[in-house]
Amino acid sequence: MHHVNLTAAADAKFQERLAKASGQDVKQCYQCGKCTAGCPIAYAMDEPPNRIMRMLQLGLKDEVLDSKAIWLCSTCATCTTRCPKNIDVAGVMDSLRVMAKQEGRTRALRSIDLFNDIFLGSVRKYGRVHEFGVGMGHNLRMGKLLKDVDIGTGLMTKGRMKLFPSKIKGQGEIARIFNEVYKLEEAE
Amino acid sequence: MPRIGVFVCWCGSNIGGVIDCPKLATDAVNLPGVVYSTEYKYMCSEPGQNSIIQAIRDHRLDRVVVASCSPRLHEETFRKTLARAGLNPYLLEMANIREHCTWVHNKEPEKAQAKSLALVSRAVAKANLLEPLFPSSIPMTKRCLVIGGGIAGIQTALDVADAGHEVILVEREPTIGGNMVKLDKTFPTLDCSACISTPKMVAVSTHPNITLYTYSEVAGVDGYIGNFEVTIRCKVSYVDHTKCTGCGDCQAKCPTKVSNEFNLGLDTRKAIYIPFPQAVPNKPVIDAANCRYFTTGKCKICQKICAAGAIDYEQQETIITEKVGAIVVATGYQLFDWAAAYGEYGYGRFPDVVTGMHFERLVNAAGPTGGKILRPSDQTEPKTVVFVKCVGSRDPAKGKEYCSRACCMYTAKHAHQVLEKVPGAKVYIFYIDVRTPGKAYEEFYQRTISDGAVYVRGRVSKIYQLGDKLVVRGSDTLLGRPVEVEADMVVLASAMVSSGGIEDVARMVSVQVDKDGWLQEAHPKLRPVETHTGGVFLAGTCQGPKDIPDTVAQASAAASKVSGLLFREELATDPMISTVNQAICTGCGLCVPVCPYQAVELKTITERIPGHAPRERTVASVNSGLCQGCGACNVACRPGAIQVKGFSNDELVAEVDAICL
Repeated sequence: MHHVNLTAAADAKFQERLAKASGQDVKQCYQCGKCTAGCPIAYAMDEPPNRIMRMLQLGLKDEVLDSKAIWLCSTCATCTTRCPKNIDVAGVMDSLRVMAKQEGRTRALRSIDLFNDIFLGSVRKYGRVHEFGVGMGHNLRMGKLLKDVDIGTGLMTKGRMKLFPSKIKGQGEIARIFNEVYKLEEAE
Repeated sequence: MPRIGVFVCWCGSNIGGVIDCPKLATDAVNLPGVVYSTEYKYMCSEPGQNSIIQAIRDHRLDRVVVASCSPRLHEETFRKTLARAGLNPYLLEMANIREHCTWVHNKEPEKAQAKSLALVSRAVAKANLLEPLFPSSIPMTKRCLVIGGGIAGIQTALDVADAGHEVILVEREPTIGGNMVKLDKTFPTLDCSACISTPKMVAVSTHPNITLYTYSEVAGVDGYIGNFEVTIRCKVSYVDHTKCTGCGDCQAKCPTKVSNEFNLGLDTRKAIYIPFPQAVPNKPVIDAANCRYFTTGKCKICQKICAAGAIDYEQQETIITEKVGAIVVATGYQLFDWAAAYGEYGYGRFPDVVTGMHFERLVNAAGPTGGKILRPSDQTEPKTVVFVKCVGSRDPAKGKEYCSRACCMYTAKHAHQVLEKVPGAKVYIFYIDVRTPGKAYEEFYQRTISDGAVYVRGRVSKIYQLGDKLVVRGSDTLLGRPVEVEADMVVLASAMVSSGGIEDVARMVSVQVDKDGWLQEAHPKLRPVETHTGGVFLAGTCQGPKDIPDTVAQASAAASKVSGLLFREELATDPMISTVNQAICTGCGLCVPVCPYQAVELKTITERIPGHAPRERTVASVNSGLCQGCGACNVACRPGAIQVKGFSNDELVAEVDAICL
């Protein structure tokens, strides 16, 4: 394991951007580990939440943005609720995903990034999620056509999942919300 | 025949939950000399004590055995009970059936029952032989000696002097002030160390009740509590301080420059010097080892320049004796010699690897750089500074096992100062744990983090020079990866160790030195400033590492103990001390060297035997002021002439017989 050169690896600009985007001061983290202890996803993460926080304190941008952990985070906010220093850890994770997405660094967990895209696409198009379309779209793009077909069949026969999408009223408002967000992103 | 009463205590369930106390009381009645026996839930309580008093009166008891906890806890309590009942308090014997029995044998109650009875039998056997004892009194000299003129000694001296007692303050350096005057700012409030300590130094020098001996050392201590005789050796300064006006001309003209120990060698001073501008006394001394006149026989520039005619190359060492009633040791600390122990940090070869004390001088406006943080090698401002904590502390392999207590906070302060004074500076602090138990300490540490100091949890394993950088290799155990930092300067928080010469001071005042080289207090919690030698007290870091607030608190505590002592006209002495039966003492003198308190000496007595001419004979004699009743002399005495009152040979043999026969 090679030595991490703290003087060279620390990315001060990244730390500043994150502080601005999340509104959180990660320096304040005690490294007590309470976030990790309560995280329902930590078992599946490559780096547990407290170590993500530690990497952020040291400014290790690449390690954090290329981690799977930031994509696995379900934003349940147990960490945020329990943090003794009132750090919004889930909010930090959210900001990290945005930054990773902006930089196109989504290879760590492509399926989740893809799901996010398809999900939002469905909302934009219909004003609500068309589950069948999202599922099929994800399966097609991931090349796993028959994934979760058994569950899908059950849901459809019980009438819990519709074959065809339905649109909501107020399509115009949905479009405006999306346009506003795009404008904000461009302004950044 | 004595009339002994046995009182068995349940101590709630501590004793009563393991053994059958009523049965123990019943069994005890059959022991020789016992006329009454009873038990009670809490014998030490008010009703418990009253029942003892009542029984003494009702049953005309003249000896009391209490079977309960350790005598360390309640012997005094029950002695007072006896006194209230009109009995001599030393006619009490305790059987420890709690710590020595039920606590350790709580899984085997039957065996505990038998052992309890054995312990009570022992106590009863001894009680049969107990004699009434009476404390005597010794006079009190109402003066105090304080050894060491750092902040602890200064505070003690001022408090005792303010209480109205005379104080003799002895300091071996040319000025008082100790380590504290070298510091820049003090955590957590960041007040300037000199601004808060130099007024106290002046107060010492001007206080009518304080006699100050600087550049002097305590050479010997004789006597005992209330009546010490102290020998003080005043070193030769070659400057007559009664004539010297402290103008400083000699210092300015002296041609010899030598490394300045006050600034830890970061700059130079002259051979005739005042350690620092606010020194007390503000008068110079000549460092004869480096003085041109003393080394070559030529120069005398200082003598020529001195308008007051104060320079005296013929000056001789003087010896002074002072009588005092109490002694406070406040000899302070020095920093661990890290360079000798830590090869991995460069053995002191890299000029920019310095200690926290060097940093204090570098950041101090009165220091060699005028308060600019400049690294020693090239006098440039370091942009990346690494602090390494626990260098010599918490390292049983290379240094000391203990925590030096002040380093976490002063390192946080140093980090704060770097970030404040050096624009764009980066600070990394390698630590094992961060310990901030003090008022507003944790807040200060958090503030340093907010300032931007990066704390890295891990010990530095190596420091090496690479170009003009120092590469610091450590591990971030929270990250789980080895890390390195390219630093411009490294500051080591080296351990506090006791001052050089502490063993000599300890021997003179008969105080134990603990395994780490600190002076041993009488009890870590309940007698923190007292020692096992009566009249000798401890203040400050000579007792163990501590920061300034704790040092000052302990110094005031020692002062209040001293004042309380000096307010007395005379002292009652513990009667449980050695006594010599001169009739059978052979005068062999074996007891003299074994006494750790120098309490036994030989004296000549004149014996008159009817029909013979008076005959002179040498016998041992115990100084009741010095004797602490340890019993070492008793063991050494072959004819059994010297014995400890309350622990006579007959009593001890009776106890052993009661248990073993």
